[in-house]
Amino acid sequence: MWSYIVRRLVQALFILFIITAVCFLLTRLSSDPMAQYATRQNMTAADRMALRARLGLDQPLPVQYVKWLGLALQGNLGESFFSHQKVSLLISQRLPMTLILMTTAEIFIVIISLFLGIVSAIKQYSLTDNLITSFSFIGYSMPIFFIALGLILIFAVKFKLWGLPYFPTGADVWNFKDPLAMVWHLVLPVTCLVAIQVAGYSRFLRSSILEVLGQDYVRTARAKGLMERAVLYKHAMRNAALPFVTILGLDIPFLLGGALVTESVFAWPGMGRLFWEYAQRGDFPVVNGVLLVVSGAVVFFTIVTDVAYTFIDPRIRLS
Amino acid sequence: MSADTLSVPVGLDLRAAEAIAPELSPAQLVWRRFRRHRMALAGAVGLVLLMVYIVGGSLVIPESASNAGSLRERLQPPTADHWFGTDSIGRDVFTRIIYGGQISIVIGVLAVVLEVTLGTLIGGFAAYYGGWVDAVLMRFTEAMLAIPSLFLLIVLSKFLSNDIPTVELWGRTFSGSVVIVIVVIGCTSWMYLARIVRANVLSLRELDYVSASRALGASHGRIFFSHLVPNTIAPIIVSATLGLAQAVITEAYVSFLGLGVQPPTATWGNMMDQSLSFIQRGVWWMWTFPSLLIVLTILSINLLGDGLRDALDPRTAKHLG
Repeated sequence: MWSYIVRRLVQALFILFIITAVCFLLTRLSSDPMAQYATRQNMTAADRMALRARLGLDQPLPVQYVKWLGLALQGNLGESFFSHQKVSLLISQRLPMTLILMTTAEIFIVIISLFLGIVSAIKQYSLTDNLITSFSFIGYSMPIFFIALGLILIFAVKFKLWGLPYFPTGADVWNFKDPLAMVWHLVLPVTCLVAIQVAGYSRFLRSSILEVLGQDYVRTARAKGLMERAVLYKHAMRNAALPFVTILGLDIPFLLGGALVTESVFAWPGMGRLFWEYAQRGDFPVVNGVLLVVSGAVVFFTIVTDVAYTFIDPRIRLS
Repeated sequence: MSADTLSVPVGLDLRAAEAIAPELSPAQLVWRRFRRHRMALAGAVGLVLLMVYIVGGSLVIPESASNAGSLRERLQPPTADHWFGTDSIGRDVFTRIIYGGQISIVIGVLAVVLEVTLGTLIGGFAAYYGGWVDAVLMRFTEAMLAIPSLFLLIVLSKFLSNDIPTVELWGRTFSGSVVIVIVVIGCTSWMYLARIVRANVLSLRELDYVSASRALGASHGRIFFSHLVPNTIAPIIVSATLGLAQAVITEAYVSFLGLGVQPPTATWGNMMDQSLSFIQRGVWWMWTFPSLLIVLTILSINLLGDGLRDALDPRTAKHLG
């Protein structure tokens, strides 16, 4: 067990090394942070050289990478070229907002997809099941901005026009400290995220419940006269929920990255939008910082999920 | 309900039926299972309708019409002249969807070709050579999987989009960003396929016929391309089909963020991006129609892909529904 965990951790370090190297190279080669100074009249070529040297951009790339990595390992992600704020500060400002949005969405996603998955599995091939399956197929095929734009058009633009209480669009300014405003601003983005994600999860749950319901031990439980409810919740669900918990566990770290499109459309000040804003300007310390935090979490949670799984499911032996 | 689940699984029935009719070739069996899959047929019909619109439409309406418009007719809701309305500079949305759709589909198909090539080679080599090759390639795959795909897409397309030439093809001029989008989508989507191919090749390479082939002196390349790859073709076809849906939707996301194909070349994604600034004025036709087309396309491809998976792999037939 312990040797397994140690081996996984060593692999994880290697993976993180690849991730940082790939991201650093791509971001560094993709845009010149000096480009924005190119048009400034009062800046001479000598000034530009001096600034490059001060920012460390004149050194060879491998040297820049090693320096960046060394500082990152000490928890110092550098500072933004544009806002001159520390990257760790920017991330710590945005992370709570992303967590609020994504946790709220995730709670609804889990509850709704559990409900839909169970209903459509126990009523297999009924009208309800067919309806749920059809809707989840459509939801699964829908780009999130379609739902987002549709919701904005109806509940923000048209409701305002009709004099009804309307939800805010991405365009307005609001106080992040006000809990009521927060809830009001959460409604539309959360609805979008839920509508998209529930589709995949509920289908997945439906098929894993159906698979378990077809097994012999469920037949035995029925044969010994257990009530259908007990068969379903005490016997079938326990095993059916295992793969569901696994994919949920693997998806959770991605929540840190937020939902880039949703956050952009609704102007939610989260990690996805932070990344998007700074990536457009080629501000690579921020871009690399966000990528490191999110993908580090992904790598870590993958190991945690794998190890936790062996405790939950005794059938699995680690080799 | 209990009678239903206690009865013989459907999958067994199918196999029994196939045993009775041994004169059918494997391809015919696949076709038979596919035909029975109503949702897959619906998907196929959806795709045919789509082709009638975006390919047939281009035979009737010339390409120049998709970029021509008069400012006097800007932002018009659907009328008899402009069935899907006009956009912010008076171009006809119905026509732009035809030509935009062609680009979106071409991008999707070529991105999938790249995805399948990369996925098959990386997954296949990892499994075939094993050892440290396997370890390095798989850690690389895991590293790519750990980066949220949209983030990776953005970084990669920023990386590639430094200077973009235009491309001449089929007598039309495309923004070079089309090529970039294809490369970006292909390079960020091969990971799952690589894992599937690896798992398949790992089990295949231990089989006797591979040893026999090796004993006969076949080269690595021959064993790999004429024995191992053809035998993993079923999962590859299924992933490619579902990957096509993913690629079309990804193109829409990338273009929606303004990083994809650059105007004036229309794609479904950048048509939506351009409509974003007009939503406050209640303009709905500019994004609803391209979105609906995207949904129809993805839905049809997904349904088809599901049907193909069940048809090519009889073991999953019991999950039909």
